[in-house]
Amino acid sequence: MSDQPAGNILELTNLTKRFGGLVAVDNVSLHIKRGEVFALIGPNGAGKTTLFNNVTGLYQPTSGAVVFDGKDITGFKPHQVARYGIARTFQNIRLFDYMSCLDNVRVGRHVRMKAKVWDSLFKLPRERREEERVTEEAMELLRFVGIAKHASQYARNLAYGQQRRLEIARALATDPKLLLLDEPAAGFTPQEKVELMALVKRILTRGITVFLIEHDMKVVMGISERIVVLDHGEKIAEGSPDEVRKDARVIEAYLGKSA
Amino acid sequence: MSNAAGARPSLRERLNIRQRIRDRDTAVYGVLIIVALLFPLVTIYATGGTALVSHATRAGYWVLLAIGLNVVVGFAGLLDLGYAAFFAIGAYTYALLASPQLASSPAHHAIHINFWILIFGSLLMAALFGAVLGFPTLRLRGDYLAIVTLGFGEIVPQLFYNFDQWTGGINAVGLIDQPLLPAWIQGPWSGDGDFKVVSPFNFNTDPVAYYVLVCFLIAIAVLLVTNLYRSRLGRAWMAIREDEVAAAAMGINTVTTKLLAFGIGASFSGFAGAYYAADVALVSPDNFLFIVSITVLVMVVLGGMGNITGVIVGALVMYYLVFYLIPGLPENATSLASSIGLGSLNQSSGDWPGLGEETQRLNFIIYGAILVGMMLLRPQGLLPSRVREQELKHAAVQEEEAAVEQLHAT
Repeated sequence: MSDQPAGNILELTNLTKRFGGLVAVDNVSLHIKRGEVFALIGPNGAGKTTLFNNVTGLYQPTSGAVVFDGKDITGFKPHQVARYGIARTFQNIRLFDYMSCLDNVRVGRHVRMKAKVWDSLFKLPRERREEERVTEEAMELLRFVGIAKHASQYARNLAYGQQRRLEIARALATDPKLLLLDEPAAGFTPQEKVELMALVKRILTRGITVFLIEHDMKVVMGISERIVVLDHGEKIAEGSPDEVRKDARVIEAYLGKSA
Repeated sequence: MSNAAGARPSLRERLNIRQRIRDRDTAVYGVLIIVALLFPLVTIYATGGTALVSHATRAGYWVLLAIGLNVVVGFAGLLDLGYAAFFAIGAYTYALLASPQLASSPAHHAIHINFWILIFGSLLMAALFGAVLGFPTLRLRGDYLAIVTLGFGEIVPQLFYNFDQWTGGINAVGLIDQPLLPAWIQGPWSGDGDFKVVSPFNFNTDPVAYYVLVCFLIAIAVLLVTNLYRSRLGRAWMAIREDEVAAAAMGINTVTTKLLAFGIGASFSGFAGAYYAADVALVSPDNFLFIVSITVLVMVVLGGMGNITGVIVGALVMYYLVFYLIPGLPENATSLASSIGLGSLNQSSGDWPGLGEETQRLNFIIYGAILVGMMLLRPQGLLPSRVREQELKHAAVQEEEAAVEQLHAT
């Protein structure tokens, strides 16, 4: 669906993040192809979310490089990373609780809006038109994830599963090329997991590459084309779901040595 | 058929009005406008003087301050404990540039710039200092930011004390120019012309002139802040208030956005400062102490953080409490006691200092008890912030709601 040239959308080279003596991400290299679903798995504390944070600028990598869409974005600030086209969701949902769902999504649109302070202060026609357009785009996204009827409610009043969807809608509003989902299926019922997988597939048809962290193997195996496994910050395996499933080191990391 | 056609418009009209009243903000603004229009007429007619109108003009600048602080505290969630500093900067900007003060300073030349120009000058000056303070400090969060702003609020009045060559220090700046209506506005209704439609609209003698002025300033401030609230920037402020990390991940530059909140919030107090200086015509560093910052903060919190109508109502209620009800309490208590036959309470005897004096001593306890009571009864403020219903009546949202309703109906 993507009209952009094929190739790698994200390349991490020898990415390392240290917190004092602790090496949270240890010399990880990986590349994500445009238009694929790429999964990052590993036991708790393996450094998956830290890796996400390094990509999105919440942390500065200790060493190594992050190249996104041909540009070196290592050490960029989060808002710059978002502007270049990486959006994310959070492991423990971080919505704007006391804002309506519609506003949550419109905040996501912020980075693609042009209104300046003066436009807003005096409600210039240009600003009004932009607001109209953004409101419609936001409603479209809410419909896309299936929570449009809750548009006027505070985000905090949504059910858990709907909050996860709202977070995805908010991330999509930034017009990303790459969407980072941090455990999107955590706490979901089997039915919700199936719906989530369908949603990820629909996101792909928008030409967005998906990079996800997930614990649930059914989800991971069901939607991702390639998987990287982290353990203690190190990459221990990479490959298709089938390859990874059979990998001895992966089994060891998950089940312990005796298994 | 004709019956139905005749009935329809009136029904629609009725529904419309109901809907408007149901929208709380519209209702509150309606009441405020009506009260603002009637207030001078009624009080002048009832009391035969303009003392109450003077009170209202003073309440006006508190409302302006509260609207401005609400941008910083209510929208962007930055706790500012030194807001009076910007108020002082606005007031001194006007006081120094529109009074004889600078004649006795090292500059040796008094400057008299027109009020209508200088009110924007004060605004810009306060905004500038807001940005200057904000730039190094906005990387701090929460409590730390509050402490730094507290320090700034303490420093600024001290500076005005100590630069007494320029500011007159403890002696204050006096003889501040009054605004004049521009020549092209001066018609028969203004000045001391023969034909007086409204009583002479004269800033030197008539508090009603100031009353009208402050109402205009408040209307402008409300309009601009409402526009901001419903804009890209307003949403960015609220996003930062709710979750700074998520806001940054959504592409909001948190530093510049917070800086704008500080600058814009400060600019409203500059606005209020120029007006205040002109109104009281005497500006001293004592007028901008910590208690001013706290009173404004209480107005914002008590009125309902983040909600413009709530903040206005909060400011008016607090003004009434702090500057009218409580100072008048001893006198009222005394006369109440005499009128119900307990006049003996008014006499001091032994340890009892007399009812009036006793009430005087209990002032702050009464004030504190009222505050605690209000916060217990309305922890979210008098008019808490709600989802913006009006904006959510946008066509796209309604379309969706209609579709959902249809789905349920079938």
